[in-house]
Amino acid sequence: MGASMLKFLIPLLLLPGLAMAGPKVSEFWLKNGMQAVVIEDHRAPVVTHMVWYRVGGADEPPGQSGIAHLFEHMMFKGTKTVPPGQFSKIVASNGGQDNAFTSRDYTAYYQRIAADRLALVMELEADRMRNLIIDDQNFITERAVVLEERSQRVDNHPSAQFNEQLMAALWSGSAYAIPVIGWRPEIEAMTIDNARDFYDRYYAPDNAILVVAGDVNPAVVQALAERYYGPIPPSGKHPAHWVRPNAKVESVMLRHADKRVRQPGWRRMWTAPSYRTGKPGQAEAMEIAAWILGGGPEARLSQALVHEQKIALGANAWFNGVQRGDTEFGISVTPAPGIKPEQLAKAVEAEMARLHRDGPTTEELERAKTVLIAEMIYGSDSQVTMANIYGSALATGLTLRDVQEWPTRLRAVDAAAVKAAIGLLGARRSVTGWLSGEEG
Amino acid sequence: MLRYVLTLMAFLTLTPAQAAEVREVSTQTGLKFWLVEEHSIPMISIEVSFEGGHRLDPPELAGRAMLFTSTLEEGAGPYDAAGFARAAGQLAARYSFESGREAIGISAAMLADKAEASVALLRLALAEPRFAPESVDLVRGQILALQRQRQTNADAIAGERFNALRFGDHPYGRDPHGTPETLARLDSAALKAAHARYFHRGNVLISVVGAVDATRAAALVETLLGWLPPGSPPERPMINPAFDGQVVVVDFEAPQSTILFGHAGILRNDPDYIPAYVMNYILGGGGFVSRLTEEVREKRGLAYGVYSYLNPLQAAGLYMGGVATANERAGETIGLIRAEWQRMAEQGVGAEELSAAKRYLTGAWALQFDSNAKIADFLIGAQRAGLGRDYITTRNALIEAVSAADIARVAKRLLRPGQLSFVVVGKPKL
Repeated sequence: MGASMLKFLIPLLLLPGLAMAGPKVSEFWLKNGMQAVVIEDHRAPVVTHMVWYRVGGADEPPGQSGIAHLFEHMMFKGTKTVPPGQFSKIVASNGGQDNAFTSRDYTAYYQRIAADRLALVMELEADRMRNLIIDDQNFITERAVVLEERSQRVDNHPSAQFNEQLMAALWSGSAYAIPVIGWRPEIEAMTIDNARDFYDRYYAPDNAILVVAGDVNPAVVQALAERYYGPIPPSGKHPAHWVRPNAKVESVMLRHADKRVRQPGWRRMWTAPSYRTGKPGQAEAMEIAAWILGGGPEARLSQALVHEQKIALGANAWFNGVQRGDTEFGISVTPAPGIKPEQLAKAVEAEMARLHRDGPTTEELERAKTVLIAEMIYGSDSQVTMANIYGSALATGLTLRDVQEWPTRLRAVDAAAVKAAIGLLGARRSVTGWLSGEEG
Repeated sequence: MLRYVLTLMAFLTLTPAQAAEVREVSTQTGLKFWLVEEHSIPMISIEVSFEGGHRLDPPELAGRAMLFTSTLEEGAGPYDAAGFARAAGQLAARYSFESGREAIGISAAMLADKAEASVALLRLALAEPRFAPESVDLVRGQILALQRQRQTNADAIAGERFNALRFGDHPYGRDPHGTPETLARLDSAALKAAHARYFHRGNVLISVVGAVDATRAAALVETLLGWLPPGSPPERPMINPAFDGQVVVVDFEAPQSTILFGHAGILRNDPDYIPAYVMNYILGGGGFVSRLTEEVREKRGLAYGVYSYLNPLQAAGLYMGGVATANERAGETIGLIRAEWQRMAEQGVGAEELSAAKRYLTGAWALQFDSNAKIADFLIGAQRAGLGRDYITTRNALIEAVSAADIARVAKRLLRPGQLSFVVVGKPKL
């Protein structure tokens, strides 16, 4: 290992006071701008190799919704040296599994394979970063596959279709309003030049993050990365990346009746600060507020709506703070038979007002932190989970330190911060959805 | 040249690090469990499976196992539902209770330094569930809501119709969620009366994986399950599912037809299981690299997902598959699947195909064992199927021993294109 490499290899030792064991994590950068993180897990001779591109549904040109995801499909369709379909066959014939996924903020490609095959998958992944062949017939076939995928995931299901409409209303006017899979007419109208432009603009090492988790030595990973990813020149394009929602602050109500629906559903979502867009401690407080309100059967909404008032069969709340723009804070309720949406809204608002006024109890706050922080310990049982935690954090503009310090920051949330989080939602745009059968 | 094609590669000798370390341990009162020690993360996974479940429910009480299982954590011992959840939260213990067609499964993850308290709490849910009337009513309402949601889910509709056609009056033919009529008959007393039928020493399988040694693990399992009464393994009358090669349509408003298909298969302990498994990997189990995916998705863009799998239940063996495709192309897709079934039955597999399949299956084996929870889950399945504790290390040699002639023979034995029966949910053009 040369001295020049040493200065790029920055091990992040676990900070004292974090009362949990965890994997050793380190990071480095290549000269071409590619960021890399290595997570060690020596329990099994297996490695998870991932490349995260900082591009997702929110970067799509107007009228081209779904191109990021369709392009993800195209990445499996051949390079100058690897024929179409062979990528997965080569990985499989080496005992590995591979797949990819696209979100609003990133597109990630990964393989899970024996640790001694890391060089192989790096070579394959580096090859398709710049050498992909985008062929007319393959494009037409994959576009057809994506339309079937849209049918299977969304158009077969009234609740999924309705949720698309809710998201479009919540994020109206912002890049988060469009579904990642794309609107059907825009997928149908996609052209091969759209795909080529997209590839050229976004697929480059300076727009990518390498995540390697498993039975690996960080110095060896760096040497391999220098060898396979290092020679790829940066594009220098640095496309604009941050998402700024700009819709009016108001409460929007959407109702939809579909004769196939037998069990109505109610949900309300607000725009909320994320880990990246929020002030320090804000997203952490949101996370705890969501857990206290609706993290389980003993949470506030369940206790009030399900057990005491008996107007619901289930109620939960969620908040995912890992997003490059603002994110959603959501509540979903399964109503008891015959209950109207106005009754649910009133009860939910009353519980939120109570939490805003009185704050959480000491016991609730401690239990929230215990459960949420333990998720990191349970998460470290799986190298895939750890790779996804680090990959998604870095791809949305956070740092390794943000991930490592998260337990400490979560512990610092006090009752006042939880009250402030609820108060903040009251000043944000929200959308409420009621999906029912034909009778409404 | 393509260095990485590696056609000359010998089979991969990768074995999981834990391979040599599956121990059978007995508790003080003779409960047996399988243990893997892994001390690098301070957590423990415990899996418990009680065989029988829904299969033990008479038709007029369908849904009892699900109602029973889902109400276990709604109050136990001194705790009401909220109290139990709070106590679990304070320990950061995670419990889940699942009721399937053949077993009731309990999964627990706990921090190593809270194991005794976590197990003592879980014990209450299993040994002393309250089944308070208002809790039973609540969970019944939740299951009915779930049933209503399933009525708009094409996959659920396809599955229930397929099972009803195949199994008729056998428990496999009935929806484990029950119906409003059968659930209405189940009250607190009925659930309490079923407790000893579901939970006893004759039907329990246990695994423990994590930062715990044998002595401590034995004490934990004894606390958790020592109270179990004696019992015999539940009866398991075999059934031959009915297949007629027909296509049954269930009308449903959706752009796609959701399709389930299958015919008779084999049981897990059949001597041909391993070659059949390798054959299925090539036919439709291998995801992107399978023949079905190649013909239906890669070449023609007809579907996002198409797959086949061996489905060995306890009382019957099935060979199944599924696909979702645009309504207008349902007939074409069904034709392609029948053609691939025929081709495999008549021609078997080629040498290169077989070699690639074996390299995947042996090489990817270790990927299953990279988390405590996955290992614990696997150990339950291995016990259920009567596989040895050394199966993790011996299995790859079994795969490697499969020849093209074995597959040709098994293909002729198993694949019956004329009996391949379809359920299509949608508005198909056939």
